Amino acid sequence: MDRNDIVLRVEDIHKSFGDKEVLRGISFEVRRGETKVFIGPSGTGKSTLLRCINQLTIPDRGSVWLDGEEVTNSGARINYFRQKIGMVFQNYYLFDHLTAFKNVELALLRVRGMSKAEACEKALTELRQVGLEDWADHYPAELSGGQAQRVSIARALAMDPDVILFDEPTSALDPELTREVLEVMKRLAQQGMTMLVVTHEMGFARSVATEILFMENGVVAEQGTPDRLMHDPRFTRMKNFIGQFDSYWGD
Amino acid sequence: MDVLSILIDWSPYIIAGIAATLGLVLIALGIGVLLGLPMALGQVYGSRPVRWVIGIYVWFFRGLPILVLLFLFWFGIFPGLGLGDVPAFVVGAVVLGLRGAAYQSQIFRGAIQSISEGQMIAARSLGMSRSTAIRSVILPQAMRIALPGWSNEYPNMLTDSAVCYAIGVAELLTVTSRIVSQTYVTMPIFLAAAVIFIILNYGGLKLLHGLERRIEIPGFGSGAV
Repeated sequence: MDRNDIVLRVEDIHKSFGDKEVLRGISFEVRRGETKVFIGPSGTGKSTLLRCINQLTIPDRGSVWLDGEEVTNSGARINYFRQKIGMVFQNYYLFDHLTAFKNVELALLRVRGMSKAEACEKALTELRQVGLEDWADHYPAELSGGQAQRVSIARALAMDPDVILFDEPTSALDPELTREVLEVMKRLAQQGMTMLVVTHEMGFARSVATEILFMENGVVAEQGTPDRLMHDPRFTRMKNFIGQFDSYWGD
Repeated sequence: MDVLSILIDWSPYIIAGIAATLGLVLIALGIGVLLGLPMALGQVYGSRPVRWVIGIYVWFFRGLPILVLLFLFWFGIFPGLGLGDVPAFVVGAVVLGLRGAAYQSQIFRGAIQSISEGQMIAARSLGMSRSTAIRSVILPQAMRIALPGWSNEYPNMLTDSAVCYAIGVAELLTVTSRIVSQTYVTMPIFLAAAVIFIILNYGGLKLLHGLERRIEIPGFGSGAV
């Protein structure tokens, strides 16, 4: 595949918190339109890895490149890169004082400098995309968890990012709400959005992931397509881990 | 001479006294917000030296009795700065304001710190600079959380303003005691002043509660059930 197709390159990321080395040299490349799913036991640095990509956490070592430009050590330009790298959080982090509509609109006005009319149209388009145009005037406290998470996806989408990072987007949701969020994500993947997803949803990983990366103790222990994972006998550790979730794996 | 006719005869002075009292309170509250809010931001987001300087300020203005502050500024600091001609009203308003800023900064600081970290993280993840995030996300939330506590500054300031009597500001208490000394009617006149204070207090709080309701957001902050 063409090198130019690589949207995101992560090279040898290291990160320690105190004595604990959470990330011990992570490298991978993401092509446009790919969905990479990160799975693995809790505390193996998956969320930290995502935060290192958009520099919410500053890695101790290593570099991140977006479309050939270095994101790490980019100084004030980090605000430009963060527009291009969307992020969706486990606890949604919607702006509590703003309606769903204004949550999506805010950064369009304040960061991208759109006119009120432009921003309004864009925000409504993105809310429609996640099926929430009827909820535009509701405040976060009036939304279900699934709706709140979909608003936060719309908020990320509105920036027209090159890639979106999903940090356990359904871990705070019950199964039914999880499904509505996963459906939105699945549709995005089909539309060609480039996505990095940290999740425990094995069904989603199997049906949507271009590649699954199994992280353990701060490194990528095994990686491969969902298909190879199922059939290649070498992927023992990942399969053992997944075995714990067997009922989900079936999907 | 009955009390009512005394009050009517002196009403122009009483009204001027009420105006001076309200003027002191409004100017002092204004100074308090204008200084207190940046101080709160400095204490939360500022560098160590900034936090240290603000800490000293707060310690000083909260540490001294208001009457001591008033005399310090009236007899010492203002004349010392060559501002001896500044009217007592201005000195009073400034002292009340500087002292109010120390208290208000702590109300705002608590409110800012109560905003969950995720709000800033989400804003930054969208590419907002820290100052944009503070302006568009943190402060609109923090001010709503601060308002009920801040409202309490109004009755505090109103009652505190009476100490300006000590430097001769013609506010409500000064006017009242002047009437007493002219008419030799004591208790009824002070009671009348007390009633006026209570009315001003009640009216102001009513307005502030109205404001709280107006900016209330479903399920957010003080509006939460």
